[in-house]
This record gives sequence, C-alpha cells and structure tokens, in this order.
Amino acid sequence: MAITIEIPTAFRRFTDGAPKLESGATTVAEALNELVTRFPGLSRHVRDDEGQIRQFINVYLNDEDIRFLGGEASALKDGDKLLLVPSIAGG
Amino acid sequence: MKEVYFLRCRECGKKYANTPQSFCEECFSPLEVSYDYEALSHAVKREALAHRAFDMWRYAELLPLPEGFTPAASVGGTPLVRSKKLSGEWGIKNLYFKNDAVCFPTLSFKDRVVATALAAARRFGFKTVGCSSTGNLANAVAAQGAQQGFETTVFIPADLEPAKILNTAVYGARIIRIDGNYDHVNRLCTQIADRFQWGLVNVNLRPYYAEGSKTHGYEIAEQLGWELPDNVVVPMAGGSLIGKIAKAFCELAHLGWVEPKHVKFFGAQATGCSPIADAVKRGLSRVEPQKPNTIARSLAIGNPADGHYARRLIAETGGWAECISDPEIIDAIKLLAQTEGIFAETAGGVTAGVTAKLIQQGRIRPDETTVVCITGNGLKTTDAIAADFPATEAIPPKLEAFEALLAQQLDEPVRVRSNA
Repeated sequence: MAITIEIPTAFRRFTDGAPKLESGATTVAEALNELVTRFPGLSRHVRDDEGQIRQFINVYLNDEDIRFLGGEASALKDGDKLLLVPSIAGG
Repeated sequence: MKEVYFLRCRECGKKYANTPQSFCEECFSPLEVSYDYEALSHAVKREALAHRAFDMWRYAELLPLPEGFTPAASVGGTPLVRSKKLSGEWGIKNLYFKNDAVCFPTLSFKDRVVATALAAARRFGFKTVGCSSTGNLANAVAAQGAQQGFETTVFIPADLEPAKILNTAVYGARIIRIDGNYDHVNRLCTQIADRFQWGLVNVNLRPYYAEGSKTHGYEIAEQLGWELPDNVVVPMAGGSLIGKIAKAFCELAHLGWVEPKHVKFFGAQATGCSPIADAVKRGLSRVEPQKPNTIARSLAIGNPADGHYARRLIAETGGWAECISDPEIIDAIKLLAQTEGIFAETAGGVTAGVTAKLIQQGRIRPDETTVVCITGNGLKTTDAIAADFPATEAIPPKLEAFEALLAQQLDEPVRVRSNA
C-alpha cells in the first residue's frame, strides 16, 4: 500500500526540491511524521511547540480538509493523496 | 518618492521586498503590507484631501500603489447614510449605514480591493489576472480587468447565483465553474497560483488586494467629520474586511488625522456558515472550518483565511459576533429596503439583522455611534427574495379597474377629488 504526499513549491526548499513523497503510512499523523522525519527542516513549519499542526497549515486528504474527516487520526488507503497548503488565501 | 511599503509576516515579522506572494517563506503564515509611517506622515497631510475627488484614490498615499500610478477609474466614495427610521425603531441614536451597495463600478466593496490588486498586477507584469470568488469579486475582477486590458479568468462554485455569473460573463471573462463549494475553489486556486504565472488577486496578490479594503474605513472616518465611531458591524466571509477597517482607523489615529478612540468591532455571519462567529461565541482559540449552507453566498466561506485575526480583533476590542438564519436574512433585507431605501444583497441582510440582534442583546448601546457596513447590492441576489414578491394581478388600462383594485386592497373607501 502507498499514498502520496504532495509538497507545494514553498515547502520544497526543505525537501531538496522533491515535489512529492510516497509513503506507506496508514494514518494522516503517520504520514506527516514520516514527512518531517525524512525532511527534518520541515518539522517546525508543520507542527507548533505543542505538536499541533500549525494554525496556518491546511492538510487535505484527497479533496477534503482533514478537520472534516477526524483530523490526524484519519485512516489512509492505497492511492490516497495528501496535500499540504500553506496559509490558505481567498476571501 | 521612495517606496514606503513592503511585505511583512503577520506572525514572525520577517520583512520582504514587494513581491506577488501571500505567505511567509519561513513560517508559512500570511503576509501583510506594512508601511514606513514616519515617511507617510510627511508624504501627505489631511488638508490636501480637500481638493481631491471623493473616491478611494484620495487616500492614494496610504495604499500600496506603484510609483507613477494613475487610476483607471473612479472607485469607492460611497455614501454614509444616517439612519432616520431604523435608528428610531431600534432605539439607537446615531446609526449609520456605509453603503457599498453603490460602489463603482460593480456595486460591491470588492471594487476597492480589485483596484489595488490590479495596480500590483500591473507592477509585477502579469498579463492574466483572476480570483477565486463567491461572486462579487469575480464581477469586480472581470470589469476592471476588461477596462485595463488584462486577460481575466475567474473560478467560482458551480451553483453560484445566476446574476453573479452573468455579471461576470458580460465583461468577457473566462469563467471556470468548479464542482464544489468556495473552499474547494479556493484550494484549487492556491495550486494554480503555485503553477501558473498569473496574478490571482486574492491568492498571490492578496496582501495588496486586502489593503484596498482600508478605504472603506478611511471613508467612514472622514464622513463622520474625521471622527471614529464607537462600534462597527462588519459582515465576515474570509474575515479580512473587519481587520482592514481596524487598520485604517489605527493608521488615521497614528497620522493624527483623527483622535484615537477605542472602537468595538462586531462581526456578522449567517448561521449556515458561521465559523468565526462560532469561535467568538464559544471562546475558541482556533476557528474551526464549516460546510457552508446559506443563501448568503457571498459570506459562504467555511475556512476563512483571516478568521483567526478577525476572531482576535473582536475579542480584543470588546466586540462580539453573531449570526442569523436565512429567513431572518430575508426579513432584514426587506426591512433595510423599506426603512432606509437601501437594497442590499444577502450579506447586507446578515449585517443589518445581526445589528438588530446586538442592540437587543445590549452589546451595542443606544447612546453610541454605530456604523453598519453594507458591502453588496441586492440586484445581484434577487433570487433569494423573489418568492416573497410574486407578480401582481394585471388590470386593464382603465380608471374604473384601478379604483376597483384599490378598493379591494384597501380597507377604507377610496377618496377621490370631488370635481373629478
């Protein structure tokens, strides 16, 4: 089983330019942990001091904001795409 | 004059030279335009405004405009209407409506933000501009984009009000309808801004775009005779406008154009999409996203970009946030039209209805000066109220038919002139 974490351009200076990461994680939390273990430079940008996903980072599982899905505990299945969006704009 | 504005991260404070980007590269928090206020205080004096036209450009020095900028059109300069009837009905002495339902050129406050965004788009050399929109913004981008010779592409939720789609299409904009709500559209636009060299006014140009909203606040202060109100009631979608009105008031006080004053900020949302009001009322430190379901489509943003800042501003100033239901929105639209002669869109109904609620709750007091911000025109959301006004029966073009109809509709006999 594999899922894909899509990495926006703004994050890529912490990922050696990698635009995505394949992962075998089974939950969103596991996937994010794998991401920051693989690219430690991203760690403090993804989570705050209390270990929560940062206020302005948005995480989407396929088309849905994970906050509608059970947050970081959300289960992943083969082929899922996880998207990180820094500081949602709009309005 | 040397450029006196730059970008600054709202969280870590890192400064950036002017560039089309909306978030900090260090901490991924939002960027905002900041100014060298010392330089600004020398650049323009309040007295200089007396000779300028009454539109948003009279405050040009306080906006992030490139050197040599010439406005393409008059934008803003809308009436501040002193309430005569609702103030009595609601038992409040000094009530005003800042009426951006008649903002030019497209009848919403979004004309202001697009005006500053397109100035930035030109400066950064974009040929194509666009936006994610709940309607009003798309109208404004399409109209001003057409006038200024940009290619325009706008992204909207597929089920938007027909009038708002038509009011964009007529200007020749490319319209991309997205299966999903505004938050889906917005997320897609973030990805598009990441990949295309386009100036998306509320994505990569967002810091410059948002500054245009300050002119709504500058005008309120000037129209009150260079005084600040006690209370402002502001509709909240992304939550940006309320913060920019506060910024405008702070800047005017800092420049010495008004006396500093503690202004309370109140936010208005529809019950069917009230993430910021919900956070205020429950005392949450983070705004939780919602799935929008309301007729107030222009406020239907479930994941508001500036929700965090709006919530904090309201809490810090001792204001409050409230929401009202869809039927209450319709009642408030009718009430505002039938008392003040202002036909507002659904968002205006939300703001007026919430104001009544805040007065009832005692949060807005009768002796205070209160400004209610009306941000869009009712002609764009007629479908929301159409069912309340069915077509009336047609009569033949004969005086007797008219008199018979009148007698049928009135309780008392029709009085006509005796020599008729």
